Amino acid sequence: MNIVVCVKQVPDTESPRKLKSDDSTLDRAAADGVINELDEYAIEEALRIKEAQGGEVTVLTMGPGKATESIRKALAMGADKAVHLTDDALAGSDAFQTSYAMQQVLGRTGFDLVILGSESTDARTGMLAAMLAERLGVPQLSLANKVDIDGSAIRIQRQTDYGHDKVEATLPAVVSVVEKINEPRYPSFKGIMAAKKKPVETLGVADAGIDAGQVGLANASTEVVDFAEAPARAQGQIVTDEGDGGVKIAEFLASKKFV
Amino acid sequence: MSEILVLVDHVDGDVKKVTLELLTLANRLGDAAAVWVGPGYEGAKDKLAEFGAKKVYQAADEELTSYVVAPKAALLAKLVQDKAPAAVLVAATAEGKEVAGRLAIKIGSGALTDVVDVTDGFVGEHSIFGGGIIAHAKVRTGTPVIAVRPNSVAPEAAPASPAEEQVSVELTAADKAAKVVEKVVEEKGERPDLTEAAIVVSGGRGVGSGENFSIIEALADTLGGAVGASRAATDAGWYPHQFQVGQTGKTVSPQLYIAIGISGAIQHRAGMQTSKTIIAINKDAEAPIFELVDYGVVGDLFQVAPQLTEEISKRK
Repeated sequence: MNIVVCVKQVPDTESPRKLKSDDSTLDRAAADGVINELDEYAIEEALRIKEAQGGEVTVLTMGPGKATESIRKALAMGADKAVHLTDDALAGSDAFQTSYAMQQVLGRTGFDLVILGSESTDARTGMLAAMLAERLGVPQLSLANKVDIDGSAIRIQRQTDYGHDKVEATLPAVVSVVEKINEPRYPSFKGIMAAKKKPVETLGVADAGIDAGQVGLANASTEVVDFAEAPARAQGQIVTDEGDGGVKIAEFLASKKFV
Repeated sequence: MSEILVLVDHVDGDVKKVTLELLTLANRLGDAAAVWVGPGYEGAKDKLAEFGAKKVYQAADEELTSYVVAPKAALLAKLVQDKAPAAVLVAATAEGKEVAGRLAIKIGSGALTDVVDVTDGFVGEHSIFGGGIIAHAKVRTGTPVIAVRPNSVAPEAAPASPAEEQVSVELTAADKAAKVVEKVVEEKGERPDLTEAAIVVSGGRGVGSGENFSIIEALADTLGGAVGASRAATDAGWYPHQFQVGQTGKTVSPQLYIAIGISGAIQHRAGMQTSKTIIAINKDAEAPIFELVDYGVVGDLFQVAPQLTEEISKRK
């Protein structure tokens, strides 16, 4: 089985995240880059499927040169090889354009299964899996908290607000997984050493058959008009409990008409 | 005024509050036209009219709800083509964002997700990076597709007499590629949906165990609110993952948020920072959650929270 797992390098959520004042894109220099933590569940699920079904796991990432750090981590976890789509022409692409660029690469690598995390912790659009399924014309098996594959039949449990939907389809398909579908493994020392020797193919837009006129900030379907730091919340009242803390909160709630 | 399509979010005819918020917002930007997909419209029509739906496009065909997301996007795409609305609004729920994504590709439009407001010219306001930055964005290409965060707009009654029009769409094989064979409703009791609730009471590491979450539940129930949990609590297995509020969980924006035994790490703040009124109970006076609060009590949650529950009950 040819499994492609899509991985994004994002700014560490623990460090200060900023936009750049000149073009309102992510300031990648301001924060440490880490693998999008929700993608780790996708990598783990890909590895488990490979272990059960056989096949190969390819990591696909789009991003600047630094994203190789995230690729190495995915390879250290056990992925077999990687494709790194990187080109200045791609900088500032929005979800619409990113899905187009990835569609082009996936057309080149081929796939039985594309697996993604449910969203990235930076842009948080939550749209990429749906966009990719739409562009590729394959089943959208998104927000899965359980995946079962039997031959070319695939079944997932799709997490919903009311519980879950049981969904069936036939491969090839796009799957996105939610947090806690599994427990992502830590890379072993052996895995880290082996990752250094695994092939990483670097592609530019021309290599991948991507029309440079359809990607990048200048051609984006959306634009950031302006941004500013959120005004700090007014300092609230903080009291130390002296045996009546609960009553005091109730009084506050009453003053705000909540009770 | 031009039409603004609003995809109605409902579960078997039970209209979610966010839909009323979207209708209110749509009427500020143009004329709200509700798009109903699936069965159950008869039981919901009065509510849509009460909150200002000036038009209802109704697609009752059950086939549209038998497959994952794509049929809803296909119907909206057809309506965009046939009715030329000025914009399409959907709820920024997990599924709503996916509808927005597929629709954007189908009609070649840009999409904004998780906006907390939309103003003239369809400029969307985003609260990003854990609420630290307010960004405004707009769609450059095509009909704007905008997913709006629940609880961002106060729904206003604005009675209308909507014209109803039956609509349908022919689904492609690709639209029918992921078949929903069963919908499983998990028991959640009488509590409101976490992302929709006006009041959310959340517990974190300080709660200490799954059993102790009964303290959080009791307070939530007294207030008629939903229960949330920090990642520390869901990671520990004290409360189910789907109730996690935070960077990698649900984003909530209620009128009142009560954080109990939650330190307020960025992971958590990212999911609740746009709440209108925030209250915290924590034994650590240095906990970052206190930077956000309107009212905070430094103390033992096992004393303070039950006392609060009791006091609210007394006052009712």
